[in-house]
Amino acid sequence: MIVRSYGWRKAKSLVMIALVVACVGVALVPLVSILAYVTVRGATALNFAFLTQLPKPVGETGGGMANAIVGTLILLGLACCVSLPIGIFSGVHLAEYGKGWFSKLVRFITDVLTGVPSITVGIFVYTVIVLPMRSFSAIAGGIALGIIMVPTVTKTTEEMLRMVPRSLREGAWALGVPRWRTIVSVVIPTAAGGIVTGILLAVARVAGETAPLLFTALGNRFWHSGLGQPIAALPLQVFAYAISPYDDWQAQAWAGAFVLTAMILIVSIVVRIVARGRHITTR
Amino acid sequence: MTIVREGMKIISATKKRSRLRGENLPDVTFRLVALAFAGLIVLLVLAMAIAMAKSSWPAIQQFGLGFLVGRTWDPVFKNFGALPFIYGTIVSSLLALLLAVPVSLGSAIFLAELAPAWVRGPISLMIELLAAIPSVVFGIWGIFVLNPWLRTSVEPMLGNNFGFFPLFQGPMYGLGMLSAGLILAIMIVPTITAISREVLMAVPNSQREAMLALGATRWEMISKAVVSYARPGIVGAVVLGLGRAVGETMAVTMVIGNRHEISASLFAPGHTMASVIANEFSEATYNLYLAALVETGLVLLFVTILLNALARLLVWRIAGGPKGAQRE
Repeated sequence: MIVRSYGWRKAKSLVMIALVVACVGVALVPLVSILAYVTVRGATALNFAFLTQLPKPVGETGGGMANAIVGTLILLGLACCVSLPIGIFSGVHLAEYGKGWFSKLVRFITDVLTGVPSITVGIFVYTVIVLPMRSFSAIAGGIALGIIMVPTVTKTTEEMLRMVPRSLREGAWALGVPRWRTIVSVVIPTAAGGIVTGILLAVARVAGETAPLLFTALGNRFWHSGLGQPIAALPLQVFAYAISPYDDWQAQAWAGAFVLTAMILIVSIVVRIVARGRHITTR
Repeated sequence: MTIVREGMKIISATKKRSRLRGENLPDVTFRLVALAFAGLIVLLVLAMAIAMAKSSWPAIQQFGLGFLVGRTWDPVFKNFGALPFIYGTIVSSLLALLLAVPVSLGSAIFLAELAPAWVRGPISLMIELLAAIPSVVFGIWGIFVLNPWLRTSVEPMLGNNFGFFPLFQGPMYGLGMLSAGLILAIMIVPTITAISREVLMAVPNSQREAMLALGATRWEMISKAVVSYARPGIVGAVVLGLGRAVGETMAVTMVIGNRHEISASLFAPGHTMASVIANEFSEATYNLYLAALVETGLVLLFVTILLNALARLLVWRIAGGPKGAQRE
């Protein structure tokens, strides 16, 4: 074995540490570039009409994506209706009753579901909702987004409930409160802050999903006309305009990307700052 | 009648067991409702596989295993082989791993081992923000910023210096396999970094102390006592990143150029499994075409499920079982 001098080893250590620091720089360059371009190009194309008007037909300049912004909010609402009951109840099951093989299986499947590509969720919803209904619809889009949210909501609920000290449960039991009442009125309220944080982060993440909406919500150039009809969504509109050949549309795509990114990042950052260090409020 | 009697038996047995647990009726109901919703998640994944297998059945019947190795994808003559897309997915994901793994590993080591606390928080947050940016935004950035840059500076540079490799030959469009790999790399860096960091932080301190006490330098300590200890978990993180890259759709669709052919050059446009679905699903005018696309999706689903299952097992080995598995 070659014995290296201490100086050589020390130098190698310094070089490697410098490389590691450089890696962080490399990892952050795209983030900075993306944020800079989205802000500069997006903010310059953004105006009041963009936020309040419908898209104009091809060839006419101006117009906006107001319908898509509203559409995204509606889709997110529907997604919450689908995912919150499933996610929260499953989280309760895993945290409060989760000891056997079945819970292990559920945990494993939840993790697997996190990794399922969003486009296959789109295909699934297309085959089980869109085909039988014979129409692309807001409902289908909402369900697709909801399915994508389920694993995140489940995992956050489980983790937050587990952080509630056992003494709180025991206190309630000692007072003769039944187990379900303990969970509903003691455990869940205690963990509510953390659960809400997790849900908001999940909503922020699916707000930008495009692939599962391509053949479920489809997109729409007008205001939405009922949940059984195709509906516009901001990411879909950004996609359609970004790959279009018109300068005006491309500029609007940047504005849309700016609005979308701003919404998502603001929610993510604010929620994280508010939640920092106070997941559990034991008062 | 026997069914009813059997049912009554089960109910009374459940009642007896519940009484032993000190549960009353609302307790049992609540527990079963929670259980039912948890079961729904399992059913959901099963339903996904079954529904997709069912609607891709015409294609499975017609092409069999030939679907996976067929090189022609011709909707006009109703002949479908997915090899170009499988090839595209493999090449773009491997390229992404090649670029992303060193960077993510370095970042994770920095965050877990070297960074002072006041640096760690903000940088972790920034890397998490990178993960929060929607893929369509990566796509638009790819079209208007990354692709022109590749076309005017990176690809000519590679072509001039390494043009003797088939990888770097042919016309330079900017969009193509290289662009897809690069954008995937950017998108999976946060995934791999975050999980590797967690795994590295789970390495017991005694490992570090022992190594330092033997007179190791900082880097020797990190590489020999920490990284090698955490290796299965890091492999898991990489596999998880691979899973993300394989399933990523929008950004790739926007930069890969969409061509149904296999080409040795990284400059050439191509298709991945996800991008062909995104592009052609709404154009699938007849049943077999749709079935072929759904079958592509089914292949994608199985590949990602396998990758994820593998990755979870590897990460659990280091980071101590499923999150929150142990209580109190």
